[in-house]
Amino acid sequence: MSIVERNEAAPTRTDTELTRQVRQFVPDVDIYETDDSLVLLADIPGVKADQLTVRLEKNVLTIHGRVDPIDVGERNLIHAEYETGDYYRVFSLSDEIDQDRIDATLKNGVLTLRLPKAARAKARQIKVSTESS
Amino acid sequence: MAYRWGFVDHPWRELRQLQREMNTIFESVFERPLEAAPACNVYAGDTDLLVTCELPGVTLDDLDISVMGDTLTVKGERKPAEEVQREAYHRRERRMGAFSRSIQLPNRVDAENVEAQYEDGVLTVHLNKAADEKPRKITVKSA
Repeated sequence: MSIVERNEAAPTRTDTELTRQVRQFVPDVDIYETDDSLVLLADIPGVKADQLTVRLEKNVLTIHGRVDPIDVGERNLIHAEYETGDYYRVFSLSDEIDQDRIDATLKNGVLTLRLPKAARAKARQIKVSTESS
Repeated sequence: MAYRWGFVDHPWRELRQLQREMNTIFESVFERPLEAAPACNVYAGDTDLLVTCELPGVTLDDLDISVMGDTLTVKGERKPAEEVQREAYHRRERRMGAFSRSIQLPNRVDAENVEAQYEDGVLTVHLNKAADEKPRKITVKSA
């Protein structure tokens, strides 16, 4: 398979204002295949573009998004269904991905990574010529 | 103290019960359709309320927010960016589709003055408490 998850612990980060460790979350991810590429979509709401790091090093793809807690002024939290925290997920890519042409966009809290297949990984039609004897 | 293992006292009874409960929860998670009901937090100030919802990947056209009395309703649809065949998925964790959430707020709100922002996949709704729901300071006169 071209893209395989790696179970790695996220680097710990301390919230300087509150002096406690920031929670780390594993973002939900969709991975699907098109004719010429693999597409990875990750839900990372609350991450701004300058807080997102997508790194590729030796076939290892790391997605790390930092989220700062929102400023609620003097208000009290009276009902909580989610906690804010950083997003972290790591994948191993195979040689079937053309690692120089990976494209990343962040819109409305969704990271879209387009991982084009290397030329030799695309299905090729092989022409069969007949030899007349 | 001597203790006889009767049928009721079986040491694994509780574990077996726990296992049964875990199986039920596990099954229900897998049967749950991939719907995208957003998770929301509610913050209360003296005179206003703030509601934040995690709602990544929604376009403003597909988002509908309404307020009535003490209820805030967030409705919409999370559509995929492009058409993908089911077989083409290697992994599918994100919930898509139509969603609708009605949140009961602790106070009635002024429906005329509601502000909502959608940024980086987080919806923030700012509501002012209704005039008669705001706290009034009472001055104490000394005799």
